[in-house]
Amino acid sequence: MEIKLKVDASGLSCPLPILKASQAVKTVESGELVEVIATDPGSVKDFAAWATSTGNALVESGAADGKFRFLIRRK
Amino acid sequence: MTAEAAAKPKKLVIICYSGELEKTWATMILASTAGAMEMETTVFVTFWGLQTFVKGKKRITGENWMQKMMSFMQRPGASHRPLSKMNFMGMGPWMMFKLAKKYNVSKPKELLEMSQQMGVTFLPCQMTMDMFGIKREDLIDGMGEPVGAATALQLMTEADSTLFI
Repeated sequence: MEIKLKVDASGLSCPLPILKASQAVKTVESGELVEVIATDPGSVKDFAAWATSTGNALVESGAADGKFRFLIRRK
Repeated sequence: MTAEAAAKPKKLVIICYSGELEKTWATMILASTAGAMEMETTVFVTFWGLQTFVKGKKRITGENWMQKMMSFMQRPGASHRPLSKMNFMGMGPWMMFKLAKKYNVSKPKELLEMSQQMGVTFLPCQMTMDMFGIKREDLIDGMGEPVGAATALQLMTEADSTLFI
């Protein structure tokens, strides 16, 4: 499935990657995918917590090229 | 479990009591993130905390000389908070903001604006407004109706988590 929106939160500190992701997810339709790239190491656990709290699905959470990539499906 | 959690949002209440930069920062980080986590978030703003929510360009608030003097001694607004330690006449906060910019950390004012966009409710304390002579028009836009301790306590008893900062 295609990624509807890509958000680059590289270099941003807590809590900005989460705030940017939250704002981005609200702009897409239910079931659509949003990709967030971050460099904040804390964001790995933070995105999992955020997904649990909001009910949005964290489809992918991984690291590549020194960055973290999160794929979120809006609930 | 996820669907259930999402169906009934968690409630967070923050009592924003302090006016120092570091505590204001903590309040704004938690309030904005709670908003992003779709928690029903209410911030009850009281005592020194209320100074943060006075419009930045307001220099003096109050009716009588004591209130005016108080507001003169503690410049209001989210961008003018002193540090509780190492303030050094504003050098400390200036360095904190320099560091924040260098490391891409959002300032309290930006986080406050994001919190409001995310639906966080900020309720001013009526008693603090009366004591310091702060009027509704002195406060930033988008705040809720002024309330008292009973409303704050009612919200706290119904909340899943409560913080006093």
